[in-house]
Amino acid sequence: MMSTRSIGLGSTFRQATIASKLSRNQALRTVFVKRTVKTQSLPPAAAEAILNEQRLKRPSSPHFTIYQPQLTWIGSIANRVTGVGISALLYGYAIAYLAAPETFASVNVIEFIAGLPDAVKYAGKAILAAPFAFHSLNGLRHLGWDMGKFITLKGAYTSGYAVLGATAVSTVALVLM
Amino acid sequence: MQSLVVARSMLARSSALRYNAVRTFASSSSRLQAVPTEKPVLQKEFKIYRWNPDEPAKKPTLQSYTIDLNQCGPMILDALIKIKNEIDPTLTFRRSCREGICGSCAMNINGQNTLACLCRIDRDSNKDSKIYPLPHMYVVKDLVPDLTLFYKQYKSIEPYLKNDNPPEGREFLQSIEDRKKLDGMYECILCACCSTSCPSYWWNQDEYLGPATLMAAYRWMADSRDSYKEQRKEKLQNEMSLYRCHTIFNCARTCPKGLNPAQAIAKIKLELAAE
Repeated sequence: MMSTRSIGLGSTFRQATIASKLSRNQALRTVFVKRTVKTQSLPPAAAEAILNEQRLKRPSSPHFTIYQPQLTWIGSIANRVTGVGISALLYGYAIAYLAAPETFASVNVIEFIAGLPDAVKYAGKAILAAPFAFHSLNGLRHLGWDMGKFITLKGAYTSGYAVLGATAVSTVALVLM
Repeated sequence: MQSLVVARSMLARSSALRYNAVRTFASSSSRLQAVPTEKPVLQKEFKIYRWNPDEPAKKPTLQSYTIDLNQCGPMILDALIKIKNEIDPTLTFRRSCREGICGSCAMNINGQNTLACLCRIDRDSNKDSKIYPLPHMYVVKDLVPDLTLFYKQYKSIEPYLKNDNPPEGREFLQSIEDRKKLDGMYECILCACCSTSCPSYWWNQDEYLGPATLMAAYRWMADSRDSYKEQRKEKLQNEMSLYRCHTIFNCARTCPKGLNPAQAIAKIKLELAAE
């Protein structure tokens, strides 16, 4: 009987000492923190001014430099770049022809290209054919989307790979033409 | 009186016996327990975007933390909480439900926007994990972006049922087919993963509404109980609000809930074109 009581009391006593030690530590810590951190008392109306000042200095988080390259947005940017490139060539040649019709006449252009070495001819053809094929085929993909066709994630990926495959095939065909 | 005393002492003795029995059982079991097999240490490096508004002149940096994955939960959010608890209490991020329903912990993890609580840690310890805030957003602190504009845009499409003649004294009934039209849209939790993954939204977020808001707009346009469809369409009939969508599909690719905002936007475009 006595022994059990002493055990019971002992454990309670032990808990009490631990608790008091803990609380004393916590008290010490709060005192410590209170002494090092100085707070400033401001009216609630000052909040907006502080917020606005902070907003002016906020950085913008990084975007395309850290985003994972995916068929979705890389394909989209490629569509834009090839479109701009082909348009620039078309308008550039048309304006050049307007400015100097004799220099840029078909006869002169054909003569100039015929004089180039074969390697340059094929490389030039590939550089022109690949963007043209990709942009045209991806245009069909966009028309499909605009009609509500294959407008799922799976559809976007399947059609994306299909366009890439078809671009490769038609580039080779155009180069060999 | 005497019997009462006896009864009490008996009670005390039996409780003492029980106490002893429990003690013996507990101590002997701990003595007999097998030593738990120690898991090997699996150190993994996390590189986390840091920026502190108290030192605005300092440029944002990537800070590196290494933790033991075998002493950590399986998800990126577990790692973030472990780092905050054990290494650096100044690391700041939003989190709440830890089960993908509140949308608070949306961030860019290894180049993709997703919820930290739904994203498993890659256990390959040779590769580090990079964690950035949602892309092209103003940073409040560390991984916390300023979503004020995002919420304003959501508010601007009036995301609630508008009907001047609701049925009187009974429920607002909807056919099963009409209800089905809302599936895949009402589940959106507005975590902003899709909008901040969209390059169009990066360049034009001051005017373009972005995938999350546009899908919410279509959710109310498609609702058979709403009678303001024409006004809702009218609001989007301009160059910027809707038509900056170029069907890039980053939104559908990144959505942590598996929804398809691109499809909702395509449907709005079709309906506007049919006018």
